[in-house]
Amino acid sequence: MLTIENLHANVGEKPILKGLNLHINPGEVHAVMGPNGAGKSTLSHVLSGKSGYDVTEGSVIYQGNNLLELEPEMRAREGVFLAFQYPVEIPGVSNIYLLKAALNAMRKHQGLGEVDAMDFLMLVKDKIKLLQMDEKFLYRAVNEGFSGGEKKRNEILQAAVLEPKLCILDETDSGLDIDALKIVADGVNSLRSAERSFLMITHYQRLLDYIKPDFVHVLAHGKIVKSGGPELALELEEKGYSWVEEQAA
Amino acid sequence: MSSSTQEIEQLIGQEYKQGFVTDLEVDTFPPGLDEDVIRRLSKVKNEPEFMLEYRLQAFRHWQEMDSPDWAQLNIDPIDYQAISYYSAPKKKEDGPKSLDEVDPELLETYKKLGIPLDEQERLAGVAVDAVFDSVSVATTFKGKLKDAGVIFCPISEALQDHPDLVKQYLGSVVPTGDNFFAALNAAVFTDGSFVYIPKGVRCPMELSTYFRINAANTGQFERTLIIADEDSHVSYLEGCTAPMRDENQLHAAVVELVALDNAEIKYSTVQNWYPGDKDGKGGIYNFVTKRAECRGANSKVSWTQVETGSAITWKYPSCVLLGDNSVGEFYSVALTNNYQQADTGTKMIHVGKNTSSTIISKGISAGKAQNTYRGLVKVAKSAAQARNYTQCDSLLVGDRCGAHTFPYVEVKQPSAQVEHEATTSKISEDQLFFCQQRGLSAEDAVSMIVNGFCKEVFKELPMEFAVEAQALLGISLEGSVG
Ligand SMILES: Nc1ncnc2c1ncn2[C@@H]1O[C@H](COP(=O)(O)OP(=O)(O)OP(=O)(O)O)[C@@H](O)[C@H]1O
Ligand SMILES: [Mg+2]
Repeated sequence: MLTIENLHANVGEKPILKGLNLHINPGEVHAVMGPNGAGKSTLSHVLSGKSGYDVTEGSVIYQGNNLLELEPEMRAREGVFLAFQYPVEIPGVSNIYLLKAALNAMRKHQGLGEVDAMDFLMLVKDKIKLLQMDEKFLYRAVNEGFSGGEKKRNEILQAAVLEPKLCILDETDSGLDIDALKIVADGVNSLRSAERSFLMITHYQRLLDYIKPDFVHVLAHGKIVKSGGPELALELEEKGYSWVEEQAA
Repeated sequence: MSSSTQEIEQLIGQEYKQGFVTDLEVDTFPPGLDEDVIRRLSKVKNEPEFMLEYRLQAFRHWQEMDSPDWAQLNIDPIDYQAISYYSAPKKKEDGPKSLDEVDPELLETYKKLGIPLDEQERLAGVAVDAVFDSVSVATTFKGKLKDAGVIFCPISEALQDHPDLVKQYLGSVVPTGDNFFAALNAAVFTDGSFVYIPKGVRCPMELSTYFRINAANTGQFERTLIIADEDSHVSYLEGCTAPMRDENQLHAAVVELVALDNAEIKYSTVQNWYPGDKDGKGGIYNFVTKRAECRGANSKVSWTQVETGSAITWKYPSCVLLGDNSVGEFYSVALTNNYQQADTGTKMIHVGKNTSSTIISKGISAGKAQNTYRGLVKVAKSAAQARNYTQCDSLLVGDRCGAHTFPYVEVKQPSAQVEHEATTSKISEDQLFFCQQRGLSAEDAVSMIVNGFCKEVFKELPMEFAVEAQALLGISLEGSVG
C-alpha cells in the first residue's frame, strides 16, 4: 500500500525528516510514537501534500504510484486521509455541507454521480451514531466552537463517511476524555478491514490498548529508529525514549 | 507571498463571462449634454410636460453641484460631455407589443446571460423587465400581474399610462438636488422599472429587472420607482451586466421605494457589471442612489445586495424609517478583486417611534482591491425606543488588498439602543489545505469558504433567484442540505 524510502524533507532550510523508511501493507495498523518535535506531524503533512515542505531525497510509493507528484486533493481522492492534530474551523460552512461536498468529490473521481440526498442523510446519521455524536453537530459550522475532543471526534466522523484506504491519525487521542477515547477507538476499529491501513501517531500507550497495532515504530530525529510489535509501546511507556535514542545513536 | 495565496487569488480572478457585445442597429444621441439634449430626450420619449420641467430643474441644479469626493475611492475625472445620453435598439414604429416583436438578437442576448425572456422558459414565479442600454425591451407576465392589479412596466410606459402616480411619487424619496449623481440621473434618466402594488395585494410573483449596458460611450441612467400601498407585499430583484470595454462607463441609477402602512418591500440586487480587466483598465462606474421611505406605520423594507462587479461602486441603499414600528434591513455582500474599488454601505434614519434596523455587511477583498463599508445610523429625537444592530465582517484574500470600515452613529434619543460588531479575517492556508485534504479542489474550497462567510446574506436572497444569482455571481451558492 505505502512504501516510504529514505525520505528527507525540509521546512525552509531546516531538515526535519532525515532518511525515513516505512512500509505498510493493506489492512495493517502501524503506530508511530516519538518525542515532541521529532517530525511525526511533518511526516503526516508530507504524505498528504501540505505546502511548505521540500522533499530533498527519497520516495513515497502509494498503490504503485509516486505519491509526491500528486496534488493534495488528488491524494485525498485516491484514499489518503489525514485526521489533523489541530483541526481548523470554517465559519459559516456546515459540517454536513462539507461532508457532502467531500463525498461527492471522491465519487466524481471514481466516476460516480452525486450521492442521492436521502442516501446521504442515512449514511451520515448512521456514522454519527457510531461516534455517539449529537446530530446537531451536522448543522454547526465545521469545528467552530467545538471543544478539543469534539473536533477530534469530528475528524473520525469524516473518515467514517469518506472511507479512505490509508488513514493517518495524528494524535487523535490527545484531548479525548476516557469515554470519548473508547468511542473514537471503537469508531476506528469498525473502520478496520483487510484493505484499509492505518498510520496512527500517538504519545500514549493507552490508545493502543483499544486499537491493537500490528507494528509500533519510534520516530526520533527525523527517522524511524526502532520498530517492533505492540510490546514495544509498553517498553517505551516504562523507559521513555532516551534508551531508544541512545541505542540508535 | 506564498504559493497558495497566489492560487487563491487566481481562483477569485475568474474571467468575466458576460463581456460580449450584441450587434444591433441603434439610435444613439451624439455625446454631449445641455438643455437641448434634455428636451430632445423628453421629446423622443413623448413625455408629459411636467417631466420635462422636472428634468430641466434637475439639470440646472446639477450644473451647480460638485462630484462628491468624500468616499474612499480614486476616481478619474469623468468628462460628462463625452458621454452619449441616449442609446436604444432601433425599433419598428411604436415598439414591441409582445415578445414576438422583440429583435431576436436581443432575446438571444438575454438567453446567453441566463435570463430567457420567453415566458415558457422562465421560472414560473418570476416576471422580468429587461432594460437594454437606455430602454426597456420586454416585460414578461404582464397579463397575470394586471389581473392582480399590480402595475409592473417600464417607467417610460408608466409616464404614458399612469402619469399621476409617477408625478405623485417620483423624486419624493430622492429629491432632484439630493446629490450630484442623483441630480444627473433626474435630468437624463431614460428608463427603468415602475411598480405599483395596490392596497392589500400580495404580489403573486417575484418581480425582476435585468439591466444590460451594451453600447460603447453611453451612460446608463435608469430610474426605478416602487410603491407598495397599504398592506401590500412585493419582492423585487435586479441583475446587471455589461460587455468588456477598455473605457470606463458610467452607470448612475436612482431607486426610490415607498412603503405605506403595513406594507413590505424586499429589494434584492445581484450586481455584476464589468469590473475592468486585471490591470484595472475599463469597467463600470456604478454610482447609485437607492433609498426607501418606510412612510407608513409597521412598514418594512429590506435591501439585499450581492455586489461583485464594477470598477468602482459607490452605493448606500438606505431606509428612512418614518412610520412608527417600521423596520429597515440591509444585507450586503461586496466582493472586490484586482483593482476594483467599492465604497458601499447603508444609512438607517430612525424618525418614527419604536423603529428598528439591522445591518449585516460582508466585504471580501482580493488582489489589490479596496473594500470600504460606510454606514450611518441616525436616531432622531422623535424615535423613542429605536433599535439598531450592525455587523460588519471583512474577509481578506492575500495581503495586497484592503478593508475599511466607517460606521457613523448619531443618536439624539436617549432610549435608543445601537449595537455594532466588526471582524476582519483571512482565508488561511490551513483552511484551504484542510478542504483539499478532504478532496475538494482549491477552487471549490475558496468558493465554499467565501460562501460560508456570506451565508447570512445569501439566505436573504429569494429562493427563486438562486439560479440567477449563481449564474451572475460565478460563485456557487451553498447547497440546501443542512
Ligand atoms: N513551518 C515550520 N517552521 C519551522 N519549523 C518547523 C515548521 N514546521 C515544523 N517545524 C519544526 O519541525 C520539527 C518537527 O515538527 P513536527 O510538528 O513534525 O513534530 P511532532 O513530532 O509532530 O511533535 P509533537 O509530538 O509535538 O506533535 C519541530 O522542531 C518543529 O518546530
Ligand atoms: Mg505533531
